[in-house]
Amino acid sequence: MTNAASPVPAPVLVRLPVLFTSLFPTAERTVKLSVGTVQEMIDALDARWPGMRDRLCDSTPAIRRHINVFVEGKRASLDARLPPGADVFILTAISGG
Amino acid sequence: MSKKVCILLGTKKGAFVLESAFDRQSWRLRGPYCETWPMNHVIADPATGTIYAGGGNEWFGPAVWKSTDLGASWTHSSEGLAYGPGEQPIKAVWSLARRNGSLYAGVEPAGLFVSEDEGRTWTHLSGLREHPSRPDWNPGGGGLILHSLVLHPRDDNQIWVGISAAGVFHTADGGATWEARNRGTRADFLPEGQNYPEHGQCVHCLVMAPGMPNRLYQQNHCGMYRSDDGGRNWISVEAGLPSSFGFPAAVHPRDPNTLFLVPLNGDTAGRFVPDARAAVWRTRDGGRTWSDQREGLPQENAFFGVLRQALATDSLDPAGVYFGTGSGSLYVSADEGDSWACIAQHLPVISSVETLVIEA
Repeated sequence: MTNAASPVPAPVLVRLPVLFTSLFPTAERTVKLSVGTVQEMIDALDARWPGMRDRLCDSTPAIRRHINVFVEGKRASLDARLPPGADVFILTAISGG
Repeated sequence: MSKKVCILLGTKKGAFVLESAFDRQSWRLRGPYCETWPMNHVIADPATGTIYAGGGNEWFGPAVWKSTDLGASWTHSSEGLAYGPGEQPIKAVWSLARRNGSLYAGVEPAGLFVSEDEGRTWTHLSGLREHPSRPDWNPGGGGLILHSLVLHPRDDNQIWVGISAAGVFHTADGGATWEARNRGTRADFLPEGQNYPEHGQCVHCLVMAPGMPNRLYQQNHCGMYRSDDGGRNWISVEAGLPSSFGFPAAVHPRDPNTLFLVPLNGDTAGRFVPDARAAVWRTRDGGRTWSDQREGLPQENAFFGVLRQALATDSLDPAGVYFGTGSGSLYVSADEGDSWACIAQHLPVISSVETLVIEA
């Protein structure tokens, strides 16, 4: 008799900035990723669409000053955890434009 | 085969391209490109026609954009265009220059990068920021920017850079080590008796005379200068100019004694063209004498300036001369500055002007 396999955590749903439509023509507007932190999310996005990390993060390293990552409605930093199934919005801040 | 002339503009809201036939009389404007990012410098490789545009966006950071079809489509990259963790991140690319397949980028805060794969990936030439003077580098009004990038046409190891306000530096070993080259240039903003330091001058624009790699000209915040020994010693050539203050300088494509300037009325007087009357000042004798060229330029109520990279020449004969204003107008002379025409208005602030002559 074997134990039931652990349930796979639900992927997070990431909504990319509207401006990425032109900066990364092959990117989708929303993407589901199996990641546990914002940092892992950035890594996964950059692996899928090379160069995306540089547009979202600086070399501090940190999320760029005028980019906001909202997790379940709250601003999050690179080390923030992403609950299974979390809703993530990456938005350009009004201060940058 | 006929020739086509392109003017490449970097502006605060994207890159633009203007095209004309060889006569440079009728221009067609295209743009804005690069997703309206602020573009500080747009250049082209005359051998391939590839356009490179350097800038930075408040949201997305610095990048170099590239177009191989004269602006119809673009890619961008900043892979490797970064300092180490903990250092102040790069804000924008400010200057670009290409030599023998290597593409160089000067950035803010001041530093130098090189790409050997057409701008896809970048490597930091860290020797410049390891110069012992670096703790003393102070930002000018435009930031701590590496805005002038002068490559020796035959010696791949020699580069001159201009940094505001750190001064002129030269490398003879490909960027590993650097030497300050500011002897003879003033720093009026320092206390009396300390006005000729080894470094710290506010160089505004550094250019090299054609066919004479040891002849450099620089428009400085505090004066206009010429060097005939690769920048080791500078002599003032500002006598005869209406002001010692200005930003751009542009060399003639073939004559090392001809130089074009747009002096402004002073750093605390609004930084407009003097008396609100526009003129391009030209020397034919290496800066010994100057003449003002005004035909076709506004001679009243002209309250504009011209930024440090916004004056250029083309390679035709007679040479074309071009400048873009902070108020978004573009002026062209097809006769080496003798007469001028305004060919575009109401553009964003023009940061840079460069030209490309191609076989049509």
